[in-house]
Amino acid sequence: MNTDTPLLTMRGVRIDGFADERWTPIVKGVDLTLHRGQVLGLIGESGAGKSTLGLAAMGFARPGCRISGGEILFDGIDLMRASEAEKQALRGVRIAYVAQSAAAAFNPAHTLLEQTIEAPVRHGLMSAAEAADYARTLYAAMDLPDPDTIGDRYPHQVSGGQLQRAMTAMAMCAKPDLIIFDEPTTALDVTTQVNVLAAMRKAIREFGTAAIYITHDLAVVAQMADRIKVLRYGEEVEEAPTETMLAAPKHPYTKSLWAVRAIRKPGETGPDKVLELNGITAAYGTIPVLRDISLAVPRGKTVALVGESGSGKSTTARVITGLLPPVAGEVRFEGAPLPPALRGRSRDQLRRIQMIYQSADTAMNPRHTVHEIIGRPVQFYLGKSGAEVTARVSQLLDMIELDDSFMDRLPGELSGGQKQRICIARALAAEPDVIICDEVTSALDQIVQEGILKLLMKLQRTLGLSYIFITHDIDTVRAIADEVVVMFQGEVVEQGLKEQIFAPPHPAYTELLLSSVPKMETGWLEDRIAAQARTASGG
Amino acid sequence: MTDTPETYSAAAEIGAPRTRRGPGTRAWLALKKAPVSAWFGLVVICAYALVAIFAPLLAPHGEAQVFAQPYAPWTANHPLGTDQIGRDILSRLIYGARNTIGIALTTTLLAFLIGGGLALVAAIARGWTDQILSRLVDVLMAIPSLIFALMLLSIFGASVLSLIVIIAVLDSTRVFRITRAVAMNVVVMEYVEAARLRGEGTWWIMRREILPNIMPPLVAEFGLRFCFVFLTIAALSFLGLGIQPPTADWGSMVRENASLIQFAQYDLKAGITPLLPAAAIALLTVGVNFVVDWFLMQTSGLKDEH
Repeated sequence: MNTDTPLLTMRGVRIDGFADERWTPIVKGVDLTLHRGQVLGLIGESGAGKSTLGLAAMGFARPGCRISGGEILFDGIDLMRASEAEKQALRGVRIAYVAQSAAAAFNPAHTLLEQTIEAPVRHGLMSAAEAADYARTLYAAMDLPDPDTIGDRYPHQVSGGQLQRAMTAMAMCAKPDLIIFDEPTTALDVTTQVNVLAAMRKAIREFGTAAIYITHDLAVVAQMADRIKVLRYGEEVEEAPTETMLAAPKHPYTKSLWAVRAIRKPGETGPDKVLELNGITAAYGTIPVLRDISLAVPRGKTVALVGESGSGKSTTARVITGLLPPVAGEVRFEGAPLPPALRGRSRDQLRRIQMIYQSADTAMNPRHTVHEIIGRPVQFYLGKSGAEVTARVSQLLDMIELDDSFMDRLPGELSGGQKQRICIARALAAEPDVIICDEVTSALDQIVQEGILKLLMKLQRTLGLSYIFITHDIDTVRAIADEVVVMFQGEVVEQGLKEQIFAPPHPAYTELLLSSVPKMETGWLEDRIAAQARTASGG
Repeated sequence: MTDTPETYSAAAEIGAPRTRRGPGTRAWLALKKAPVSAWFGLVVICAYALVAIFAPLLAPHGEAQVFAQPYAPWTANHPLGTDQIGRDILSRLIYGARNTIGIALTTTLLAFLIGGGLALVAAIARGWTDQILSRLVDVLMAIPSLIFALMLLSIFGASVLSLIVIIAVLDSTRVFRITRAVAMNVVVMEYVEAARLRGEGTWWIMRREILPNIMPPLVAEFGLRFCFVFLTIAALSFLGLGIQPPTADWGSMVRENASLIQFAQYDLKAGITPLLPAAAIALLTVGVNFVVDWFLMQTSGLKDEH
């Protein structure tokens, strides 16, 4: 094997997408070189063309896209000229793909093993028995529990993190030269993500596979990649070895990707508690989800609820809003108990607690204009009509840093960040005391997140709002929280001022949560694995 | 790269959208791209509507005006001849459009009001309300609707009002099913939850949050249901329990003149006469279906890729 010739060379690759009856460029001439055993990180915001470029490395364009120019050479094979049959012979065998959602990529009707060995067996590389043996080796390499038998399970019988690892094993089963990872850990909790990352890295190192790692998370790519390429608007911004990129990013755009991590504010508390939860226990049917939750929100401050999915953060929000009346305990608003169910609450009580959702796409009616969306609470709660509503909507748009030209737009005509701003304006329109923010920034790009968080902080200063901020992202908590409540399996593990929570000593779960957040250092993952091994052998 | 500002501005993320076209312009643009079948359907529907509206002006004779000669052949005075008691067939065909289409349209609207309204209530309330309504619909759907309609009509008498109400109630079960199914997909959206949290009532949620989002499938269903109602009325009239004489309607016209078909061996035109109202029914049904197909294609995104 000649290590000097690159495994994959892309020169001036251009990809067009078909929209509004015409072809518009998505990727505008990107060069890429990848040697055997190397890992290249592709980062950028959504819409930067990362995934499109990743797929093009397999000579594949999504339906509605076409590769319109450039050169793609995979191990001497010209993928631009190769026939569909030739490309098919490569895919899954010499080039494999790991998608973001493993749950959607696995066929629920077949066991993991059947699907893992499908590619090598179908292409006649191994017999079924050999492939199954090799799959078990891979399962073991991916640190899956019971590697000998886990393959007999169906996709729904394993957890999301395990499924993602099984998918990596599936990709590696045909011993490919190149694997394309497309945001493989984005949908996972931080504590799960660490294990998946570690397993993936161990496996690609062990088998000397080259990889393209696509993500929007700089800290993750820092653990995985040898080199990092930053993309924006389908063009390359800069490329450098990982250490160089982290230590001294050249382009201002690359620097802006660090943005959220730069916001800091000291945690403060106040004596005036606007909202209190006392001994809340809640259940869906007979399944208990919250056990004895007590917390208090000081006026004009931010309380962050932190924990992984399933820890009861969102359920706590449902109890506060009255969507899920608790089995025991009470919610007090300004000292007076709130009726447990939504129906029992007065319009004024509803007005004073507002909610902002994670996904602004589904939180706004796609058939309502911005004016209707923001204007409705103004009408409904404050009894205004006609020109008064329009004047107020205009004022609110100004508060969220948008102008009047947005009034007639439908949600489909807004960007993700703009949508979330409209949702904030809708909450503000009710002139509330408390706003519950449920993962409001987790679906957004870093730079947009920064904008939203700064806006929320500004509104808090000017309007004296109190926030309950539900998130799993520790960086966001560091950025804007005053107090932190750590939740695990429906219980409060720890609560207090931000500085106290983040300063050791921690209870075991907080420790795990904090140490699982990838740091923007290249050696972090190794240190973390080593530390885990120490605790495992020591304790 | 050079033309993109490095300072962040929320308003600049997506600039001004393309100028919003008015609903008229958009409809015209869609029409221009419509296939021939859709155009054909639209022309047919418009023609029927015009005939129905201007029936008294278009018909050469009165609806129930009786002439001396029954079963008259096609002549200048009676372009399509006369029926078994000497009424002008062309005039009755024209008035028949008005009666049959009018009743079918009213019935379909009523069916959508009942079925759609209850379905939205069921989808929003869920729980017991949904269970009771859905099971009731299941029971009604278990009985063959034509036989059930015949039975009810013989109990309540075959007046136009009972015809409309009975068919509307029986057909509303199907409307209920589809509306509930599509509404269920919308009810779980966060914007409906947001409206609930705001304290909005069921009526607002139904009308403003859910209805605009389920319109396309409902409009398509409206076209289809209209065809079925139309056929049911024609079938009932053919069986003698639908629209009662002397009101002209296509279903009973087929029955009344059916015997003429035996004369086809002597006079081909006489043989064709009973088929004319049947053809009128078929043409309208086909036309509506073409338009519905096109509309579904437009809204469901089932477009041909290049």
